[in-house]
This record gives sequence, C-alpha cells and structure tokens, in this order.
Amino acid sequence: MSLFRLKNFPGKGSFPHGIHPPGNKEFSAESPIEVMPPPEKVILPLLQNIGAPCEAIVKPKQNVSFGECIGVGKAFVSASLHAPISGKVQKIGVTTLPNGRHLPAIFISAEGEQLSGQDLWNDILGKDWPRDCPMVYSPQTIANAIHESGIVGLGGAAFPTHVKVMPDDKKMIDTLMINGCECEPYLTPDYRLMVEVPDAIITGAMLAGRAVTAKEIVICIEDNKPKAIERLKEKAKGTVIKIAVVKTKYPQGSEKQLIKAVLDLEVPLGGLPSDVGVAMSNVGTIAAVARGVVKGKPLTHRVISVTGAGIQNPKNLLVPIGISIGETIQFCGGFTKDAARMIAGGPMMGFAFSSLDTPVTKGTSGITVLTHDDIRREKETTCVRCGRCADVCPMNLVPTKIAMAARHHNISLAQRYNIMACFECGCCTYTCPANIKLVQLIRTGKAQIVVSRKS
Amino acid sequence: MTSQSEKKSDPQPESIKPAINVAPSPHIVDGSFTTRRMMYDVLIALTPVICVSVYLFEMYAVRQILICLASCLVAEALFIRIRGKSITLMDGSAAVTGVILALSLPGTAPWYAGVIASVVAIGIGKIIFGGLGMNIFNPAMVGRAFVMISFAGVMGAAAYEHAGDAVNIITQATPLNAFKQSGIVSPLTDMFWGTTNGSLGETSAIACIIGGLYLCIRRTASWEIPFGVITMMVLIAGIKDIAGPFSGRLVLHHLLGGAALFGAFFIATDPVTSPLTRKGKLIFGAGVGALIMLLRLFSGYPEGVMFAVLLMNALTPLINRWTIPIPLGEE
Repeated sequence: MSLFRLKNFPGKGSFPHGIHPPGNKEFSAESPIEVMPPPEKVILPLLQNIGAPCEAIVKPKQNVSFGECIGVGKAFVSASLHAPISGKVQKIGVTTLPNGRHLPAIFISAEGEQLSGQDLWNDILGKDWPRDCPMVYSPQTIANAIHESGIVGLGGAAFPTHVKVMPDDKKMIDTLMINGCECEPYLTPDYRLMVEVPDAIITGAMLAGRAVTAKEIVICIEDNKPKAIERLKEKAKGTVIKIAVVKTKYPQGSEKQLIKAVLDLEVPLGGLPSDVGVAMSNVGTIAAVARGVVKGKPLTHRVISVTGAGIQNPKNLLVPIGISIGETIQFCGGFTKDAARMIAGGPMMGFAFSSLDTPVTKGTSGITVLTHDDIRREKETTCVRCGRCADVCPMNLVPTKIAMAARHHNISLAQRYNIMACFECGCCTYTCPANIKLVQLIRTGKAQIVVSRKS
Repeated sequence: MTSQSEKKSDPQPESIKPAINVAPSPHIVDGSFTTRRMMYDVLIALTPVICVSVYLFEMYAVRQILICLASCLVAEALFIRIRGKSITLMDGSAAVTGVILALSLPGTAPWYAGVIASVVAIGIGKIIFGGLGMNIFNPAMVGRAFVMISFAGVMGAAAYEHAGDAVNIITQATPLNAFKQSGIVSPLTDMFWGTTNGSLGETSAIACIIGGLYLCIRRTASWEIPFGVITMMVLIAGIKDIAGPFSGRLVLHHLLGGAALFGAFFIATDPVTSPLTRKGKLIFGAGVGALIMLLRLFSGYPEGVMFAVLLMNALTPLINRWTIPIPLGEE
C-alpha cells in the first residue's frame, strides 16, 4: 500500500504488515563509539550462541592473555570463546543471563598490561582495511578463520557465523545480505559502526561474499539512517556491493522479512535463508569477520548501546565481552531517578533482567533502560476481536486466536493457526487495544507444545 | 506473566537506586489506541447522525436516544452485578449499544419498546454469552429484532407513519415502504440529505458517510466491511435495475434508502461479531450486502439490514475458520 519503492531489486523495499513504534534512536545515535576502559574482571558464559556450548580449556589460576582461546566449540553449531582481557582465571562458576538461563562461565580477573584507548580501537576496528583482499583468501580459509575467531551473529540471535559460510553443495548461495536495518527501537551500535567504520564492513562483506561464493552482495539499511547510507554508498563505489535502502518499519531487520522486502523471496516455514539461496549477516558480525580474517584476531569485543531515558548519558561503547552490565551503566553516568526496567537488547524483543552483575555476551546488542512512563500500560480488557493483531503480524498469523488457544491450553487449535510460525516479534502485543499480552501467551503455548512433544 | 518488583542494590550507594522490575518482552506498547478509545470513536462518529435525527425528528429522537442509552447503562450495571464482576460501564460499549439501538428504532416507538429492547440487547445479546467480546450476535440488533417481532403492531411499517403529526417527516411513508408497496422511487436528494421518514439514524446518507469515513480512517471500523456491503448491494441492485424500468435510480435508491449505509458503517462493523482477517471481513461484508438485497427484493419486509447482519453474525465463526491466513513462507 505504501508509496515506497526500492529500485534495482525484485522486492518492494518493505514487507506486508508490521508496525511503526517510536524509534527513540536520538538518545545515542549521534554519540560516537567510546572505548570502555578495561574492566577488573570479566564473566564469560560457555554458551553465548544458538547451538551447543563450548568446552572450557583453561583451569583456575591459569594465566590467559588477550585473545587466547579459552573455550572450544566442538559441535558443528557452536562457537569458541576467547579471553577479552589479559589476566588470571579465577574459577569456572555459574552465571545467569538475561534470558534466565543459568550457565557455567569462566571468571577472569585482569592482571598485567591491558590494551586500552586508541590502541584497542585500532586493534579491533582498525584504520586501514584492504579493499582488494578477497582474492588472496580461498573460501575455505575464510570460513576456517571465522570458525576459529568464534564469531556469532552480533545482531542478537547469536547464530554461529561459520555455519552460514561453510560451503554446502546442496544449498548454493546466490546473495549475501548484510543486515544494517537495526529496526529495534533505541539501539544504535550498528548505525555507529556503519557511520564510523564503513571500511571494515566493506572488507568484511567482500570476504564473507567470497566465502559463500555469492553472486551478489547487498547491504540493507532502513531509510531513517541517511548518514549510514551515504557513507556506505561512497565506500562501496567500485566494488560489487550494492546498497538497498528499505522502509523504516518494525521488524524490517528480521531475516525473513528483509529477504521478502529486498529479494521478494519467501523463506519456507521452519527453513533457513539458505533454502532460498541467501546468507544473511549483521553489519557488526561482518566487521568482526573482517578482523578475524585479515588480522587473525578473534571476537573479544563488541559495540553496544547503553541507552534509554533511564540512563544519565546514553552512549555507544566498545566493550570487552563478559564485562558486567552494571559497569557499563556506571560508565554512562548511572541511572536516572525514574529508571524502571533494564533490558538486554531493545524494548521489542530484548530480555529484562535484574542483576547488575549480568555479563555482556556476544549477542548483547545494547542495554536499554526504560522509565516508569515508558513501561506503563493499562489493565488488560477482553478481546473485542478487532483483528488489529492480524493486521500487523509480519508472519500473517492471527495472534489473538493463537494466544487465546494457548491461554486455554488448546494446543490443537493453536497449531491449526500455525503457532510455530511465530517468531515473537511482539507487534501484536504492541498494537493490541485491549492490552492483552498476546506474544507472551503465544510463548507459553509454544512451551506447552514442546512439553507435549517430549512426553 | 506477572511482573515482579525487585529492589536493586546499586554498586555505588550514593547513586540513585531505581526500583527495577522485570517482565517478558515487548516492553513498550502503543498506548494511543485502546478498546475504550474505539468505543468513544464510535460515539464521535455517530454525532452527525444524531444531529440529523434530532433536527428531523425533534423530541422523538431525543426521547428515544435517552431512553435507550439510560436503559442500556442500567441493564449493563445490573447484569454485571448479577455476574459478580466489576462494573465495566466505562468501557463505553453499553453506551454504544444504546445509541445504535435508539437510532435503529422508529422515533414514535413507545417508551417500553426502547426499554425492553435495551434490556434484551444487553442481557440476551451480550451478557449471556460472557460479556463484551464474547457475544456472537450484534447486541443492538438482537434487541431491535426482539421488539420488532414482539410488538409488530406498534413497531412495523405503521409505526413510521403518523398522519398529521407535528413533526412533518413522520407523516410520510418511508422510502423503502413506498417502494415495496407502490413501487415509488423517492427523490434521491431527499434520501441523500436525510429529509425522509425512517428509523431515527438511517435517513441521512451523508451523515452516515461522514461518520463512517471517520471510523474507517481511524481504523476503528474496518473499511473492508462497508466496502463489501456496498459493492454487493450495488451489484445486485444493479442487476435488478437493468432488468426493470428504473434507469439507474434503483441502485442509488437502495443504497441511500433504509438502513443500508447506517448498517454498513455502524452495525456490521462491530468488531466483536465480525471476522478477524481482512479476507474474512470482505466475505462478511459481501454476505451482509447480498442478504440485505435478497430480503428487500424477495421477502415480505421492505428492509433487511437487521436480519442480514444477524444472519452473517451467525456465520462469523465459520468464516474465521475458512479464512485462516497462510503464514509467510507456507506453500
């Protein structure tokens, strides 16, 4: 229905349905990435990715140096772990992640000289990125380097990247899509990376494109980020990389929706982008790929936003993985008076947590702190079947039917309405005029189905 | 599901200690649009209709609207109390039912008809099914159907025509009655502006269109339903028109006459009793339109909006079942 047009691509630049929540990017969009001073200690959970956990290969009291491998991902869908600081292993303990999982973790206390400030920036995000490098490496070399660097999707899902780039004869990749949409409100780390280190993204994109032998490389950016679009267009000149400017809409950054918007392809239910010949990676991940391949350095740091009206001075930070979230909030001036909820990720799909000792993981794209005003909601009333949830559902489901079926433990009805196709974007709950917690109920329904399958 | 409040100890004692609470995502909601707001939207959209009816029917309109509004609110409060629930008058749904019911009745209907219709609308039309959101049939139409059949003598065609009454309009036959009985096509401009006889809210096409467009633009009502109703009516009336000697005027006569537009915009669009998906709403609208025309052309009644809506209401669960949308990526 919209007037938005995407040129030179089969897609329309947008997907059907979706919502337009307030972006709230202005909190941190214009503050340049700052390098966080090295922390006293880090906590590194052994499972920071979708798939199997890695195995610790260090013992308490053992000295580790910056970048040293401390956990090995042995399973195929798993990722290795590296020390983000130099120091000594204190213990292998247990920590709790924002998603509620209790996980074994390596605790490291800092010892000796640490790389910091501008030196650290140069080491991680560098200055000079070779533009003509891809041909130097074979696809297998690139895939191996990604595997060894322990890179996972930094957009939030944390799917091990090497799995996506491993050559697969059965599923040929035609298009590599680099996801710079960042449709989640508040968060800005990808935006800052695109503005500040476009070279790393271009280099990484060409390397990843060579690894998957893609015929086309497309960087997708929402049209509310003109500066990032301009920077990347300028840097992409003379390369095979194309820039697709897509409509600003939530959840535009979701894999299936973005593929629909740009390439007009539909990923089958329960399938992966590779089923339609697409590999997709987030811009942050791609920058990490560039570093891993060109410099041979593993994933030890990432950029996060610490933002929201609940933070004194919202910022974008380059932080070591494993740093406590409390420390990053402290670095941003602490909470404001009316801070009410801490969220790992953004307000639509992020996880609320309560402990400031929670570590930043590979998949943490930001910390959003909302105020009482932000999270205020009216009491739930009955569903009047207005159908607005169905009007906004990007998967074209009928959320109210599924949610009510889940509430009444009617699994077969929920399945008839395709409950498992829901990827929990939260558009329905955001929109519901009766304030029914639709997606939350759908999650309980999915859990019921998992339980019933087990028994 | 309930969010737990949890006091947080801050690493720096002198800094502010916020009360941190957790809950599952999403953490923000669109507060600008609530169920209550939807109901008030309907009342706002009904203002032009109410104004026209008060202008035309004077005290008849004021009296009928007040009777139905008060009776619906009292009935709602009473029934909710019986069920032991908290009072939900503030959600505005009973008020909407009351006003729509009043506007669908003839102005001259006796006071007890309005009261009984209201009690039946709220009690049997809504509360018996479990209250707002649970009812299968449009409450206002249930109430109206009840009194139309029970008091056919004072509510039928005769109720509309009071020869020699102080209010001019009421002395005429309703356009649809005149057409049914003697094949007279009333002046279309009168029907457009509303200076004809009929139920309180149905006479003015322009008032219904203004209110209806407001509802559709606000997305309080789904445009698919009036679109379906009007398209189907135009189609069937068009066929009849071609067959008979009406030279194009019959289509507009059916569209502007009776409660067609009032029903299409205000009655059929009741979200509770209409389907959930876009496709379902189109089917529902088309069904209402087709039934209106069938009843008008082939039944003994001059008008068919009420029964058309009630019949399609009964089909809504079935339409929902037929129109489960195909998820993105499913073959």
